[in-house]
Amino acid sequence: MTETFETRFKEIFGIKWPKLLESLGQTVYMLGWALLIGAVIGLFLALLLVLCRKGGLKQNRVIYAIVNFYVNIVRSMPFIITLVFVFPLTRLIVGKTYGSTAMLVPLVIYISPYMARLIENSLLEVSPGVIEAAQAMGATTFQIIIRFLLPEALSSIVLAMTTGTVGLLGATAMAGYVGGGGVGDLALTYGYQRYNFPLLILTIVILVIFVQLLQLLGNRISGRLRKHR
Amino acid sequence: MIRIDHAVKTFDGGTQAVHALRDVSLHVEKGDIYGIVGFSGAGKSTLLRLVNGLETPDSGSVVVAGEDLSKLSHRELLTLRRKIGMVFQQFNLLEGKTVRHNVSIPLQLAGVPKKEIEQRVREVLRFVELEDKENAYVSQLSGGQKQRVGIARALATSPDILLCDEATSALDPQTTESILLLLKKVNREMGVTILLITHQMQVIQMICNKVAVMEYGKIAEEGSVLSVFGTPREEVTRRFVRTVINDQIPEKFLSVVRSETRNQQVELLKFIGDSVKEPLIANLCRMEGLEVNILGATIQEMQGSVMSVFILQLIGDDEKIRLAEEKIDGAGALRERMAVGA
Repeated sequence: MTETFETRFKEIFGIKWPKLLESLGQTVYMLGWALLIGAVIGLFLALLLVLCRKGGLKQNRVIYAIVNFYVNIVRSMPFIITLVFVFPLTRLIVGKTYGSTAMLVPLVIYISPYMARLIENSLLEVSPGVIEAAQAMGATTFQIIIRFLLPEALSSIVLAMTTGTVGLLGATAMAGYVGGGGVGDLALTYGYQRYNFPLLILTIVILVIFVQLLQLLGNRISGRLRKHR
Repeated sequence: MIRIDHAVKTFDGGTQAVHALRDVSLHVEKGDIYGIVGFSGAGKSTLLRLVNGLETPDSGSVVVAGEDLSKLSHRELLTLRRKIGMVFQQFNLLEGKTVRHNVSIPLQLAGVPKKEIEQRVREVLRFVELEDKENAYVSQLSGGQKQRVGIARALATSPDILLCDEATSALDPQTTESILLLLKKVNREMGVTILLITHQMQVIQMICNKVAVMEYGKIAEEGSVLSVFGTPREEVTRRFVRTVINDQIPEKFLSVVRSETRNQQVELLKFIGDSVKEPLIANLCRMEGLEVNILGATIQEMQGSVMSVFILQLIGDDEKIRLAEEKIDGAGALRERMAVGA
């Protein structure tokens, strides 16, 4: 039974079944780690933007200008350019410029400012009145962030991160092509370059299902957090 | 309790500076329910926020409970804020959280032990008559209930001062009344000094003992509620007093008064409490050669006292009218001549 499945699979898609699994694993690996690290850095940048902006809790024009400029610069570069541009940095950190781990460097650099903007918007949605109430209670800036700002924005942040993750998935495909492996690499090198149309279709189907699942998950979590609003 | 001296505050409003406060001084004593009334943009919101340091004056001093706010460190200011509760027009609660969570937040911030928090939350919820809503989510509550939660939250840390920022402006008249009664209870039973700002004169009339009227960043007039309502001096004060006490000749009677060909004078009379002992109006009616018409009359309760307002049309020769006015003044009523116009 399994043998016939594997043979049939090879016949139709031109690759071995484990190869697909391996590619999926690489995509999830790049996506997961880049998301985790990128979201943490993005959250940090977003907090800097929100706190230091004009009228913010810790208004600081210099910090705001620097972070804002950095975010804008990185966001205006296409990922494929960022990817090759940071090769020296990648080599410095990981020791090589190919493989899924090496690709995390450009992926994180690409996704964190994007996340920062998305999360910044979520944080700005929090009612200024709630923040003022917190200040009136004698809350410190740290307490305001932990007990008011983040909990109030969480549901919206989850949705923003879902959007960011879908964007990140597109970037992993490009990173894969340059040497990171993954589903994108599979589609391009095995599907496109070998004129293997069925495999190309299969990868598209997989990616579509992937995005659907991500969005569904994001909506679910966000909805649960928003339940009593 | 609260002493603000010569506070000046100017905001950078882009093209032109906004003078929110121009030399404002305010003195609130312990136990007061002090109301600041003014139209929007008068600077009352800024003035209120000076008290807990959410705004700092460009010049002038703010002393709260003996502490000069400008001399406090940031830490000390945060500690002082826990002794000053604040209630907002839009409630500013965490809508997605339970009532208990909202009320317990200030206690958590102050580092109160968990067991004490539970007990205190129950106490204040009982005080605002919401003990059965402890586990309800704020989003499920009505506006009046939300404001009760807001008040409970403000009272959680047992403050000495409560600041109310248009606390009833988003509520319907009936709910407004119940919230005002609750604030009065807070003042009486907990001994909390209340400073409130509002644009509704009814709020002042119902619960305040002192009032300041603000206009263009200045205090136009201030004093006890009875004296300000009884003898408003400034035009802005008159306008506000008029919103609760009608001292205008009814439109319908105006044409009658104007078409009167005999010598006449229209007088506005105010009686406060039981200041007038004799049956004044009856005595006026008995005067020979004088005709008295009552054009309007209202009675208002405030500050546990009663203020009655009468608009009288006196018809007779100048001498008779002068005598009648002497009688009114002699009886202890507040009197002013009203212009009728053509």
